[in-house]
Amino acid sequence: MLCQICGKNPATVHFTEIHDNHMSEIHVCERCAEEKGMHASAQQHKFEIADLLAGMVDSMTQTDEERVGHVQCPRCGMLYSSFKETGRLGCAECYAAFQFQLRPLLRRIHGDTRHRGKTPTRGSAGAARTRQIQRLHDDLRRAVEREDFEKAATIRDEIRTLEAELQAERAGAEGRS
Amino acid sequence: MSPLAPRDMDELFASPSPWLLGEGPHAEMVLSTRIRLARNLDDVPFTHRAREEQLMGVLASVSAAAQGSKSFADGLLLRMNEVAPLDRQVLVERHLVSHELGDGARPRGILIAPDARLSLMINEEDHLRLQALTPGFQLAEAWALADGADDELDPALEFAFNDEIGYLTSCPTNAGTGLRASVLIHLPALVLLEEIQRVLKSIMQVGLNVRGLYGEHSEVMGNLFQISNQTTLGRSERDSIESLERVTRQIIETEERARERMMRDARVQIEDKVWRAYGTLRYCRSIHAREVINLCSAVRLGVAMDVPALCPLRVLNELLVLTQPAHLQRMHGSELAPADRNIVRAGFVRERLAAAERESGVNP
Repeated sequence: MLCQICGKNPATVHFTEIHDNHMSEIHVCERCAEEKGMHASAQQHKFEIADLLAGMVDSMTQTDEERVGHVQCPRCGMLYSSFKETGRLGCAECYAAFQFQLRPLLRRIHGDTRHRGKTPTRGSAGAARTRQIQRLHDDLRRAVEREDFEKAATIRDEIRTLEAELQAERAGAEGRS
Repeated sequence: MSPLAPRDMDELFASPSPWLLGEGPHAEMVLSTRIRLARNLDDVPFTHRAREEQLMGVLASVSAAAQGSKSFADGLLLRMNEVAPLDRQVLVERHLVSHELGDGARPRGILIAPDARLSLMINEEDHLRLQALTPGFQLAEAWALADGADDELDPALEFAFNDEIGYLTSCPTNAGTGLRASVLIHLPALVLLEEIQRVLKSIMQVGLNVRGLYGEHSEVMGNLFQISNQTTLGRSERDSIESLERVTRQIIETEERARERMMRDARVQIEDKVWRAYGTLRYCRSIHAREVINLCSAVRLGVAMDVPALCPLRVLNELLVLTQPAHLQRMHGSELAPADRNIVRAGFVRERLAAAERESGVNP
């Protein structure tokens, strides 16, 4: 079946339109669908990420979009535009290469952009300590919710000790550099 | 004595998956609990961008590191390109391998630990997918297993990680903890009483994800739902797991109340439905896998509601997996056309239930 708009390309996007209780089917090619601003719901099932990105890109101007699309990961050579199509990044370095584009995306997906989970042993000691403090803050919140104030006081002291150590470490690191 | 891993695919096939045992807390409602951790090696492109030889390197280094760890020592490594297509499908049906890994085209593998609850997919969407799959509702236990194995792998492998975003994954939806915690739960009363939509909606509102286990799109078969955490950034693993635990407990209570109401108001109708389902399974001559799943759901409800003389949960769980196409054909010893499969499946179901009746000495 050929596209009902251009009559040239094969129709790969199919819509069912309901208008004034009248149902009609439309078959178009991807290019015409894109040009007419039709977004196939079938495709939306495929790539949640691609959708999220498309939503973001909508708010950009054409030139913005082109510029961002050409951002490339220096390690694996992945283009941002190709991430947009597949929803998959190319390598660990892509996270740094696309950080300005990814941050709002991560926020939309997760509601946050900061890791609060476990750390590999090779991660920096400072980072591990920071997260330990975050974990203790979680514990503190829970203890207060339970009205276990004795426990809360112990946790608060632990947090203070860790924060002092962290500050001392940072001061030391700055002194060395 | 620690358990021994199966030595090959034949032994694996012969030993039942631990999650089928019908054991563990709330086993009558929660079939299994799963923890999955996604990890990648820092210096290799993610699986879909890596070259063949890089993936072979990942398979070699990860399996060596894992086999050198306590959890995976003496584990069974299956290289997917060496596994027959039917056997790959068997692994998918056992929830050991994802569909993506099951295609067998690239250097991929699965390592199954002697503790069969623990497995490691290599070169799936991420280089490592560590999985703990336990029977019943056991989030803390499953997490302890996966977390412990992750700690053992960590010193031997340099995982892709950055301080701000955490563990870096191929898809940004998994970045951070790389954790997917899920429970497989049976909610027939909420479905029958048409309260399920409301419950599912409220699950999604608290940031969890829910989908039907079998069936495509909105069709749900067997009243089985998988509930999992949606986000992986901004919360610790423990927070994500606790919130899934809390919500699951609420759902269990809601389903229990619905069951009590149903049994109070319509006991005979429910028992009739349960026994008709059992009767069909016990005496059918040709049956589709979908029908087995749906009938097993009714019988499972009966078992949970203490309808006497029904088969044990373990048998129902086994039927769910063993009547799937690949398991059925492997048991039969050859490939079967779909129509023949239905006949062989019916024979297997009848025989399995008859054996359960003989074991229990009860003839319903």
